[in-house]
Amino acid sequence: MLSVKGIPAGAALGLVMTALFLFAAVFAPVIAPYGMGEIVGGVWEPASENFWLGTDNLGRDLLSRMIYGARTTILIAALATALSFGLGSVLGFLAAVVGGWLDTGLSRFVDLLMAIPTLIFGLVVLSVLPSTVLTLILVMGILDATRVYRLARAVAADINVMDFVEAAKLRGEGSGWIIFREILPNALSPLVSELGLRFIYAVLFLSALSFLGLGVQPPEADWGGMVKENKEGIVFGIPAALIPAAAISVLAISVNLVADWILNRTSSLKGGRGHA
Amino acid sequence: MAEQNAISSAALSDASAPPAADAGRRPASPILRLILKRVGQGILLLFAVSVLIFAGTQILPGDVAQSILGQSATPQALANLREELGLNQPAYVRYFQWLGGVLTGDLGTALSSRQDIASALLPRLGNTLFLAFWAAFVSIPLAIILGLLAVRYRNGWVDKAISGLALASTSLPEFFIGYLLVFFFAVPQAWMAMPWFPAISTVYDGMPFWSRMQAIALPAAALTLVVLAHMMRMTRAAILNVMQSAYIETAELKGLSQFTIIRRHAFPNAIAPIVNVVMLNLAFLVVGVVVIEVIFVYPGMGQYLVDHVSKRDVPVVQAVGLIFAAVYITMNIVADIAAIVANPRLRHPR
Amino acid sequence: MLDRPASRPAAGAAPLLDIRNLRIEATSYPPGEPPRTVTIVDDVSLTLEQGKVLGLIGESGAGKSTIGLSPLGYGRGGARIVGGEVRLNGRDILEEGPKGFRRLRGREVTYVAQSAAAAFNPAHKLMDQVVEATIRHGVMGRADAEKRAVALFRKLSLPDPERIGERFPHQVSGGQLQRVMTAMALCPKPDLIVFDEPTTALDVTTQIDVLAAIKEAIRDTGVAALYITHDLAVVAQVADRIMVLRHGKLVEEGDTGQVIHRPHEAYTQALVAAHDLQHQEKPPQAEPLLTVKNVTAAYGGGAVKVLKNVSVALCAGQTLAVVGESGSGKSTLARAITGLLPPQSGTVRFAGRELPARLVDRKKDDLRELQMIYQMADVAMNPRQTVGTIIGRPLEFYFGLRGAERERRVTELLEKIELNRGFANRYPAELSGGQKQRVAIARALAAKPKLIICDEVTSALDPLVANGILKLLLGLQAEEQVAYLFITHDLATVRGIADAIAVMLRGEVVRYGPKSQVLSPPFDAYTDLLLRSVPEMEQGWLEQAIAGRRMQSAGN
Repeated sequence: MLSVKGIPAGAALGLVMTALFLFAAVFAPVIAPYGMGEIVGGVWEPASENFWLGTDNLGRDLLSRMIYGARTTILIAALATALSFGLGSVLGFLAAVVGGWLDTGLSRFVDLLMAIPTLIFGLVVLSVLPSTVLTLILVMGILDATRVYRLARAVAADINVMDFVEAAKLRGEGSGWIIFREILPNALSPLVSELGLRFIYAVLFLSALSFLGLGVQPPEADWGGMVKENKEGIVFGIPAALIPAAAISVLAISVNLVADWILNRTSSLKGGRGHA
Repeated sequence: MAEQNAISSAALSDASAPPAADAGRRPASPILRLILKRVGQGILLLFAVSVLIFAGTQILPGDVAQSILGQSATPQALANLREELGLNQPAYVRYFQWLGGVLTGDLGTALSSRQDIASALLPRLGNTLFLAFWAAFVSIPLAIILGLLAVRYRNGWVDKAISGLALASTSLPEFFIGYLLVFFFAVPQAWMAMPWFPAISTVYDGMPFWSRMQAIALPAAALTLVVLAHMMRMTRAAILNVMQSAYIETAELKGLSQFTIIRRHAFPNAIAPIVNVVMLNLAFLVVGVVVIEVIFVYPGMGQYLVDHVSKRDVPVVQAVGLIFAAVYITMNIVADIAAIVANPRLRHPR
Repeated sequence: MLDRPASRPAAGAAPLLDIRNLRIEATSYPPGEPPRTVTIVDDVSLTLEQGKVLGLIGESGAGKSTIGLSPLGYGRGGARIVGGEVRLNGRDILEEGPKGFRRLRGREVTYVAQSAAAAFNPAHKLMDQVVEATIRHGVMGRADAEKRAVALFRKLSLPDPERIGERFPHQVSGGQLQRVMTAMALCPKPDLIVFDEPTTALDVTTQIDVLAAIKEAIRDTGVAALYITHDLAVVAQVADRIMVLRHGKLVEEGDTGQVIHRPHEAYTQALVAAHDLQHQEKPPQAEPLLTVKNVTAAYGGGAVKVLKNVSVALCAGQTLAVVGESGSGKSTLARAITGLLPPQSGTVRFAGRELPARLVDRKKDDLRELQMIYQMADVAMNPRQTVGTIIGRPLEFYFGLRGAERERRVTELLEKIELNRGFANRYPAELSGGQKQRVAIARALAAKPKLIICDEVTSALDPLVANGILKLLLGLQAEEQVAYLFITHDLATVRGIADAIAVMLRGEVVRYGPKSQVLSPPFDAYTDLLLRSVPEMEQGWLEQAIAGRRMQSAGN
């Protein structure tokens, strides 16, 4: 089992920060001091006892919007990651194990999708689709699934040609046993760490889109959009836009640290034995 | 473009020729054949990408005209726009009309401004390449030198710092880096009498070179920071991979100096992976330009694209998207060709 | 040209190399655990006279390569010398530091690696690499160095010696590269060459040529050599003295004749005896268990034929050894029999019925009665399953055993392979190489098979461990009446276990019959070559073998 003592400092910090963000996202209405769209003060007031992070370009409480923003950003990114992961890993595994025309067809199509930079293709598609949350999740999830597909297929294909899988085939095992008992346990640790990276990527992608005005639409609060709303203040020396930008960075770094740690832990082939 | 087509058909016929045919004729050089094949594949891919971009804007659910004009549009306006966009014709006809235009340099007319897209785009393409060039000019040598340092002092603090930076760089959004630079170098602060650089990178025709350089200093710096750590880490991995080869040990056991080992034995084998790293990061850089240009209000292609996405100006989005994809694909082809050329097994076949 | 090295002013009659109380440590970084310091070499001393050859022998992990690299002042993978002296030509080289190391490497001491294919830089022509050290150290100019290199190529019987230097490493075969590397080591007229398993990666018929070339070159140039290998029969051919090492410590040292004929230590005696497995040939039966008839198989949709019209038979409870070098198609035969590579034509009859060509068409009993054991036990077992699961799964899958009954049977099987029941909870990563192979045997036995295909099951193991596995297999055969199709490149093993032998060459069976018949004259050309190429633990065997060899082996 996981023992608290065995966690390295970096990973522990990552875990705590990630948990904090998740807590804020889940309990946003409870912990936010003010409403999301409530105008409570002057424009760009500095941090004070009433407004811990100051106010934004319309005089709304920045901290409250950050907390609600956590909710929007994390939810959309998580759903997009779930979609990309489900789609990418299932198709990637299938392609590796079934092979043949299914593999060729899927792989060529993914090559094609990946020949266009994700952000550019996202922008092209968003130029004709309505900017709704559902569209965002679908576009981000499908575009990102290509990366997961590549990894899942490569990992599964590597394992599929190992002697122990051949031994299982010689024994007469069905595809179910081979995929779930032979391949999956060995593919899990690269995939889990990829899950973290995909989530970070989704957060960054969503934030970039919102920053460009093409993601989450106002008055909804999300971190990328908040940077856009407050960016005019920067030239006057008002750091309001830097706060949501920093939050994105901290979330991404925290998840990265956790993903790294999980990868190191689960790649041990002694079933977690031999650790402190 | 016409010339490229000639290459492509040659390469394609080569690629599709059955292997048995190769035995009969003596190929000029397997390297040339492989390169032609790769270029041919690239051009084929580009056509496929053009189909995808076209399909992405035309065949997706919903009516393009409706989404351009919004829900409140009158039926008459919708009908006019459909007529203008040629939506009454089948999709493949429109695609070939569009492709024909692209191949002859006619990118169409912007819906929002009625301007010719090609003439509006050209100076912006120049600006973007100018910015990307200087970012690459700084970041590539810097990344390679730092990557070498990381290998030289492996597991030391330099190396650890680089790993840390790389972790950060995959986690920081471009606008965070950009606005931090603005906040500290373009806004009055305690340590400088007046801001060193402008927060908004205005450039215009006939601008003196040094003013232009000063204008792009911050965006170029931001772009450099965006790709630097990643490029360093990949360079480090590529060189380490070479340095751990058995033939490097052989060179050590010949009593060669560290410098000779690197120059004669590591370098020739490291070129291909490093060029590969550089090209992939240039591709990365070209995409990163989009957000950076918006931050600094720099009149390049990225900003042009974003503007017209919000205006739902489909012809512009298609044209710019295709150009970005073409640059991206070209970088990848160059990376592959570098790998082919540097491979001694291909240069000197059995 | 190939004169003796210019003898250096040595202090009196001091030996060329004198290693005293050498101690070498390394730090290992097991994933997820704190770093550990391990002692690789523990208090080893040796001396080597000018022009003599000392053989260093031992299993993997004996520290022989580490000792071999110490006269070069080189530690591989973070190994560092922490105690003792390495005296070369009368001086302690450890006191000279990195600059001193660079002066002696490639000049006084040179090195021949196990895999020349990896040790040559793929980006440069062979000649440039062969003369590089000679020129760098100022031994001679480029023109002279190249002349010497060509003479050495000729001496080492390389084909086209004038022009082989113009080639790139990937354009030359493995056996030839090994000889080019030897030429590279001889070129700067060193005092000492370290040979690190130079023939281990080669096929047996190639090995003998390279071995003979190396021996002759050593003799004619008068250079001293450290010859590192795990094969006692090989080292007996080239060494004047032999040093046996185990776990980084010296076991015994002596003249070659003494060590191979009258070893003092029990460990050395076991090493010498490892080749002496005895097996009484069983007579063929009327109705064979397995009959392979006219099987032809190919890869790439029929493009590359790897099996041509192969016919062999195997009787119940007996062993058929399939012998051949790399590329002979012996492993493909196993894939054709198991149905992994359905033959293009021909039939496989097994236990009185004809097996469907494709694996998917076979019945569960067909699969159960025909089991397989692989060369690399590490990759043949799922690293995420415990030994209990690995052995237990066939019990569950074929016989529906569950719970306590299954556990009891797993324990039984573990006993059969001489491991205790505690092993059931271990993961493969927690086992040694020999233990892994034993578990693989237990997994095969669990299915109660009539036939087990053993694909090079001992070739990745150290000789003593391999010997243990072979004994176990023979014992199990007597107990369970199971037949083995034993695929190997090692003729020495074959003598000890086979009842019948099939010799394969380029996809065809060139000789087939009961062991006694196959191994007695008159021989066909290839079997003769093969038999003459297997090193025997006799001094002078190499010379006889070379003299008696037929001409067709030239140019390998």
